[in-house]
Amino acid sequence: MNKKYDIIIVGAGHAGIEASSAAVRMGFSVGLITLDPFAIGRMSCNPAIGGTAKGHLVKEIDSLGGVMGGLADKTGIQFKMLNKSKGPAVWSPRCQSDKDLYSKAAVEYLHNLSGLDIIQDMVKELMVEDFNLTGKSFKYKIKGVKTGLGYEINCNCVIITSGTFLNAVMHTGKERTEGGRFGERAATGLSECLLGLGFETGRLKTGTPPRLDVNTIDFSKTEVQPGDSIPVPFSHKTPYELERFPYQKQVDCFLTHTNEETHNILRTGFADSPLFTGIIKGVGPRYCPSIEDKISRFSDKPRHQIFLEPETLDGHTVYMNGFSSSLSADIQLKAARTVPGLENVTMVRQGYAVEYDFFPTHQIDLTLETKLVSGLFNAGQVNGTSGYEEAAGQGIIAGINAALKLKNDEPLILKRSEAYIGVLIDDLIIKCPDEPYRMFTSSAEYRLILRQDNADLRLMEKGYSLGLIEEKYIRHIREEQQLITEGINYLSTHTISPKAVNTLLIHNKTSEIYQNEFYSHLLKRNEVSLKELIGCADISNLPLLQQISESTGVMNQIEIEIKYSGYIKRQNEQVENFNRNEDIRIPEDFKYERIKSLSSEALDKLKKIKPVSVGQATRIAGVRPSDISAIIIYMRG
Amino acid sequence: MNLNDTISAISTPIGEGGISVTRISGSNSFGITEKIFFKDTARNRKISIQETASHTIHFGYLFDGENQIDEVMVSIFKKPNSYTGEDTIEISSHGGVLVTQKILSLTIKSGARHAEPGEFTKRAFLNKRLDLSQAEAVADLIKAKTDSAHESSLKQLEGSLSKYISTVRQEIIDATSLIELELDFSEEDIEFVPKDEFRNKISGIVEKLNEIISSYISGKIIRDGINLVISGRTNSGKSSLFNQLLKSDRAIVSNISGTTRDYLQENIVIDGILFNLIDTAGIRQSEDVIETEGIKRSFRKIEEADFILYLIDSTESMDFIENEAEYFKNNFDLKKSIPVFTKKDIGKVRKGEISISVYDEGSIKELKSSITGKINESANVKTGSEIILTNLRHKLCIESVVNSLEQVISGIDRKMSGEFISVDLRNALNYLGEITGEVTNEEILNNIFKNFCIGK
Repeated sequence: MNKKYDIIIVGAGHAGIEASSAAVRMGFSVGLITLDPFAIGRMSCNPAIGGTAKGHLVKEIDSLGGVMGGLADKTGIQFKMLNKSKGPAVWSPRCQSDKDLYSKAAVEYLHNLSGLDIIQDMVKELMVEDFNLTGKSFKYKIKGVKTGLGYEINCNCVIITSGTFLNAVMHTGKERTEGGRFGERAATGLSECLLGLGFETGRLKTGTPPRLDVNTIDFSKTEVQPGDSIPVPFSHKTPYELERFPYQKQVDCFLTHTNEETHNILRTGFADSPLFTGIIKGVGPRYCPSIEDKISRFSDKPRHQIFLEPETLDGHTVYMNGFSSSLSADIQLKAARTVPGLENVTMVRQGYAVEYDFFPTHQIDLTLETKLVSGLFNAGQVNGTSGYEEAAGQGIIAGINAALKLKNDEPLILKRSEAYIGVLIDDLIIKCPDEPYRMFTSSAEYRLILRQDNADLRLMEKGYSLGLIEEKYIRHIREEQQLITEGINYLSTHTISPKAVNTLLIHNKTSEIYQNEFYSHLLKRNEVSLKELIGCADISNLPLLQQISESTGVMNQIEIEIKYSGYIKRQNEQVENFNRNEDIRIPEDFKYERIKSLSSEALDKLKKIKPVSVGQATRIAGVRPSDISAIIIYMRG
Repeated sequence: MNLNDTISAISTPIGEGGISVTRISGSNSFGITEKIFFKDTARNRKISIQETASHTIHFGYLFDGENQIDEVMVSIFKKPNSYTGEDTIEISSHGGVLVTQKILSLTIKSGARHAEPGEFTKRAFLNKRLDLSQAEAVADLIKAKTDSAHESSLKQLEGSLSKYISTVRQEIIDATSLIELELDFSEEDIEFVPKDEFRNKISGIVEKLNEIISSYISGKIIRDGINLVISGRTNSGKSSLFNQLLKSDRAIVSNISGTTRDYLQENIVIDGILFNLIDTAGIRQSEDVIETEGIKRSFRKIEEADFILYLIDSTESMDFIENEAEYFKNNFDLKKSIPVFTKKDIGKVRKGEISISVYDEGSIKELKSSITGKINESANVKTGSEIILTNLRHKLCIESVVNSLEQVISGIDRKMSGEFISVDLRNALNYLGEITGEVTNEEILNNIFKNFCIGK
């Protein structure tokens, strides 16, 4: 172990992995400090990566040169594209991963990064020195960290990605154990150190369901939930780096339901529930409530879904998705045994709730650096998010921005109109979560253009310019982009004859044409696909169309862009309007109190959050349009 | 808030005056002017502003499609040498509420946005057209303006309109939540709303909003005026009244060229309301083919009328007068017509009825206030509720909401997936937000969590 690194990363979960990988690959030495090197990349909860909106995040991370998509592809045991019946913007890839293989793959990846040391220890204290910078609100600057084993390690940046471990307490019924994850201890000291520097902390809660013994489940009483017959990988690299895909054997999940009896048994445990007796103070996520929460808030619902998901390929544990609980272990078991298929089940591990410290996010800026300590970055659950993907998305941004800071380069800030990651970070700052924040597609105003299928087109150039995307992949994506542009142009300016296309139109039950018609016009019809349309054309002497028809990715992009062009155009107009206000920057040391006409609520929020642009200010609840005009006037003055 | 589109507003004080100035500022102000301004009434000679020097003034006519609005002078200010620092057009027109409102509406119809209070100044400031030392003063000025605007809009919203708009808004948020629910929580065990039910919901909202829009009586009055028909038997005094009304209140708006001369039409203003005053041929049985045709047209005019004065000659016999009164009662919509007894100086004055003489100014004045009173009354009756849209900006916003919701319906009919429909629902919410305040994604998500059990 060195005495000095460029960057210290605290925690080796999904955020820590991405941060480490990005920072090392951008040329900096990184010390990754973890309580347990065998828990690197551990899936603490759901054995799955992706899902609605989360799948978009994974694709974006991948397009910036991140790790998560590749690890998921390598360890995925069931792949599914969600929302397939909806439009392309909300298709979301998701996979079940073997959690042990995932963790191993992550360790293997990190071990192969030169410039990275994995250190088993605990960061107890940050070493800082006083620091001032014109136009910035820094009070301190990072010098290094002190560890639980008593070491002092110097560094220029620290990224805290400590997940649920800060002053973590686990609850099961009346039982209360210190620790951030089953069988693992909590991280203490760091929160207090940050409080001492002047940070605020808050308390959040999350939970996890019981794990079941596979041999005690009667799957014949459940419904099989298979994956897609043609799985699609997350990572752009997978087709080149894995010798086959899917790489692992593919397996099924299963669906069953709770019933009134289950609910009655659970209710008997309410008296001792840490949730209902007020022992748990932290606020839990509404979108992922515990089973006791669900039956008390929606008491008229006679049953709830339970998904049974294998945690590993050859292991014996099954994740009881939908049954997260902090009731006592015996009640969990008794209730579980009323569920069809689980009559004789045994629990390998009980469900539990965990409470932990987080740092309310008005204390960071869009680069994820704290406003108080120069060189200190927060990413992941410490920022109040939930989910591996949300953590990883912040991790890569924090890693990149720490590296850019050390290079003295402009930081990477993704706009809401550019990426879900941009939406995520902006949301964190303007809203400051009061429950664990999860990504939803409805949080992205510009959802139609932020699709998972074009993440590479949106972000790979950025990844490349940071040095995180390899030459061969960027060349490939540039060729694709050119082909798409030329293709759209060609199809919008060239026609096809009735003779060539009418057979198809009649077959697909749409009206015939009587004179030559633009390809693009025909493609706008719901009944006509680009593949079919090109099939009608004589492409032997049309090399462009020939080339297009050889790439499903290109065809897909062209088809979406043309078919939905009306909507996409409207969305682009919204983006244009949005960007105008984003481009009017507000200096960090802007003195809001000088504007007498601001409402007091607006003044409070603006001083706390310090929006970077007029656009961001407009998104803060409580800031009125008249406040915005006043700000603009004063700024120009 | 959007600072980069083209805005338009009446820049002279509201009220009757010799001339009024309507100002258009922004990148499209020249394009908009070229669409509506012609150097001749045949609309053959357009102006190319790019090829015309800045700081020049041009005489011509404004047209709304085929309809001439006014004779105007157009002043050209090319950026950066204008008040706002942007391309700016100032249209000097005849004065008065009506003409200028018509011109404002025309510019908005042609692509401009009605400026917010103080927005010209704001732009001037943003484009550094104002001296920095003036900053404080300008800020105060704008603050005063926006505050008062805020206050007045609040006042307007305090009543039933506010409640109404917020109900509609909640309904759209509910609808959006349903769509988002299906997109973000498709894996959940939730029953989704069938598409036709959803469609009914939206078209119900559209219907309601259209009702609100049609309550915008003053809007109609301001833009199109009220068709006021003077009808009655031959010799009942129609032309005398027509001329008398014209004498005192003739609109500055030029004569709307009638192609047929079997009825006369002129514009007048009473109490700030524009009237298209129409004098019809007298009603009587006639053998004369031409006159019969004229009478037919008179009846057609009566059908199209927003308001009718039915003139009865008070110098005739009692029987005749009773017959006429009976005829009026049976044949006219009493909500928008009044009987007027003429020649009261030489005839019999009827109690409780409107009796006039063109030689008695007082009686004409009374007639006028009866007309405006009745119109205000019928405006209220027409909406059937207390909700009357009075603010043009609100009306334009609601029209945009309706427009977006119609796109929603068309999307449903074309079986578009939810995320497309959501684009238009959110546009609708944004437009409503311009009246009531901003909408956040948070609100939609909160709504979902409140109403549905999420979490597998």
